[in-house]
Amino acid sequence: MSRIKTRFDALKAEGRGALIPYLQAYDPDLETSLEILRGMPAAGADLIEIGVPFSDPSADGPTIQAAALRGLKAGATLTKVLEMVRAFREGDNETPIILMGYLNPIDSYGPARFCKDAAQAGVDGLIIVDLPKEEADLIEGDAQGSGLDIIRLIAPNTPDARLPYVLDGASGFIYYVSITGITGTRTASEDELANALPRIRKMSDLPIAIGFGIRTPEQAAYASRTGDAAVVASALISTLATTLENGRPTAQTVPSVLTQLKEIASAVRGA
Amino acid sequence: MSLDASSRLNSLRNGPDPRGRFGTFGGQFVAETLMPLVQELDAAYQKAKADPAFHEELDYYFRDYVGRPSPLWHASRLSQELGGARIYLKREELNHTGSHKLNNVMGQILLAKRMGKTRIVAETGAGQHGVATATVCALFGLKCVIYMGATDVERQKPNVFRMHLLGAEVKPVTAGAGTLKDAMNEAMRDWVANVADTYFLVGTVAGPHPYPQMVRDFQSIIGIETREQIMKAEGRLPDAIVAAIGGGSNAMGIFHPFLDDADVRLIGVEAAGHGLDSGKTAASISRGRSGVLHGNRTYLLQDENGQIDEAHSISAGLDYPGIGPEHSWLNDIGRAEYVGVTDQEALDAFQLLTRTEGIIPALECAHGLAYVQKLAPTLRPDQIVVLNLSGRGDKDIFTVAKHLGADL
Repeated sequence: MSRIKTRFDALKAEGRGALIPYLQAYDPDLETSLEILRGMPAAGADLIEIGVPFSDPSADGPTIQAAALRGLKAGATLTKVLEMVRAFREGDNETPIILMGYLNPIDSYGPARFCKDAAQAGVDGLIIVDLPKEEADLIEGDAQGSGLDIIRLIAPNTPDARLPYVLDGASGFIYYVSITGITGTRTASEDELANALPRIRKMSDLPIAIGFGIRTPEQAAYASRTGDAAVVASALISTLATTLENGRPTAQTVPSVLTQLKEIASAVRGA
Repeated sequence: MSLDASSRLNSLRNGPDPRGRFGTFGGQFVAETLMPLVQELDAAYQKAKADPAFHEELDYYFRDYVGRPSPLWHASRLSQELGGARIYLKREELNHTGSHKLNNVMGQILLAKRMGKTRIVAETGAGQHGVATATVCALFGLKCVIYMGATDVERQKPNVFRMHLLGAEVKPVTAGAGTLKDAMNEAMRDWVANVADTYFLVGTVAGPHPYPQMVRDFQSIIGIETREQIMKAEGRLPDAIVAAIGGGSNAMGIFHPFLDDADVRLIGVEAAGHGLDSGKTAASISRGRSGVLHGNRTYLLQDENGQIDEAHSISAGLDYPGIGPEHSWLNDIGRAEYVGVTDQEALDAFQLLTRTEGIIPALECAHGLAYVQKLAPTLRPDQIVVLNLSGRGDKDIFTVAKHLGADL
C-alpha cells in the first residue's frame, strides 16, 4: 500500500485530519531546507509537500515566487530535489512526500525516467500545477507504473459537470484549491469551504486536502476538519523569509519555521 | 473575410486539432482554475466564428476604425538599392495605433463583449499590444489593466504614457528580468484571481488553446489582403514572404493564407540579439527546444534543467523566450524557414528603410527587413518578396538614438 493511503487510513482511525506543510526545496539553500524537512514530522507534519523551484511559477503569489528564486539561486534542479528526498528517506520511511511544481522541468527530464527516479528516491505523489486532466496522459501511465499518485486539483469554479472527468482514475488524495487565485493571497471563508466540500465528496471517496490561503492555526484546524487535510505553504515561507539576512539563513531560520508548524499542528490535533 | 478553415481537406491550414495542437505543439497547459475559462472561451469563439453578424461587426471596425485594408507598397527605391527582387511592403504600420496588433485586439474585444466580460487584462512587451488594448478598451468603455515588465516600462516610456492617456492602468512587473515573459506570468496570475469578470486579451499566437488559433484567425486578414493585392499588382503570388517573429502573430497572420501555396517561401526572422550563439538571443526556434510555458507546448529558450532562459533583443517586442506553437510545427514539417538577425543588423536596416522609402519601421520589422537585405540580392529582378511591415518605429527612436550616440 502506498505511504499516502497508509497515512490517511491511520489518521482516519485516529479521527483527525492531516496537516501538510510545504517547503520550497533549496530555500534558501540545501542544508537549511533539508534540516527543515527532517524536522517537519516531529513538528507535526503528517504528509509533506516539497516545491520544486521553477523560473516561471505563474500560479504562485509573491511569497512562493521569491522562495523559488532563492531555491534556483542555491542551485536547485529536479535531480537535486530528488537527492534531497533520498536524504530525507534515510531517516524517515513513513511520511509521505509529494512534489509540487510545474511541468517543464519534468518534461525536460523526461516523464518516464522522472517517474522511475522519483519513486526510487522515495517520492509518493506529484502535484503538477499546469497539467490539467486534459493533458495528463503525458505522464499518468508512467506515474502509475512507478506507483506514484498524480494528485488531481479541483478549483471552486470547476463545474459540476467536469468533476467526474477530472476525478476519473484519481488516486492518493484530491487537492482542493480553495480560492480562485494565486497562492498565499485570499483565504476561503468557512461558508465557502462548507459548501464546496460536499459536491466533491459526492464524486469521490478519496481524502480531500484544502490548500491556498491557509495561514493561521485556526484556519488549518477548520480546513483539516472540513476536508481531510490542510496545506500550509506561504505562511511558513513568509516566516522563513523574515529570518534571512541578505538571503542567507540565520540561527533563527529552522527553529522559527518548525515552531510555527508545531503551533499549527497542535491546533489541527486539537480540532 | 473568411476565418473558417474547417472545410479545407488535406490543407496545412486546418490546425489545430480538437485538442488544440499543431502536431505535438500547442495544447492547454494551465491550472485547473483556468481550464473552465479557456473552455468557455473556446466555445464562445467557435460560436462567434460561425456567426455572420460577428464577421460583419468585425469588418465594420476593421474598415472604419482600424483603417483596413492596409496598402501593399512597391518599395522601388529599396528594391533598386538592394538589387535583385521586387520588394513589396505590407503596410500594417498604417493601422490605427501604428501596428498589426489592433487587428487581433479588435477581434478579441468584440468577443469579450459578447461574453459579457467587463474587465480586460493584457501583457505587453514593447507596448504595441498594450496601446492597442488600451485603445479598444477606451472605445468600448471597458476597464483595462496592462502588465508590463519594469525594464520595458523604462525603455518604452512613450507607449506607457499613451496607455495612461487612454485610461489604462499600467502595472510594472519586477519579477524576473522585468520583460515580456514576466508580464505574461503576472497577467495569468491576475486572470486566475479574477475569473468572474475578466477577459485575458493575449497579444500573440501563443498561450493555451484557443488563443494561438484565434489570434491567427484575426491576424490572417493581413495575408488575405496581401494575396488579393499582389495578384492585382503582379498577376501572381510572391516568391517569398518575410516577417519578424517574437511570439509570431504578424508572421502567422501573413503566412497562414499562403500555407498551401508550396511555391511561396515563408521566412520567419527571429531576433538573434548579440548573435545566435552569444547566449543573448531571443531565437526560440533556432536555439530553443520543445517545452511547456504559458499554457502551450512550443520551442522555448531553456537551460538543461527545464528552467526558462531570459531572452534578449534590442527590440522589446521580440525578447520573448517562446514562440507560437503553429510556428514550431511549421518549422518541424519544413513549411516555413526560420532565420536569425542580430541587433546590429536590425539597426542598420532601420536606417536603410528610413532613407530609401521615407518609412520609419518598428525595430521588430527592421529584423525582417535585415533579412530581406540578404535575400533580395540573391534573387532575380522578376522575383517578388513581400515584407510584413508590422509596426511603425516612433516608439523605438529613443533606443535607436542611444545606439547611434544621439542625445534626444
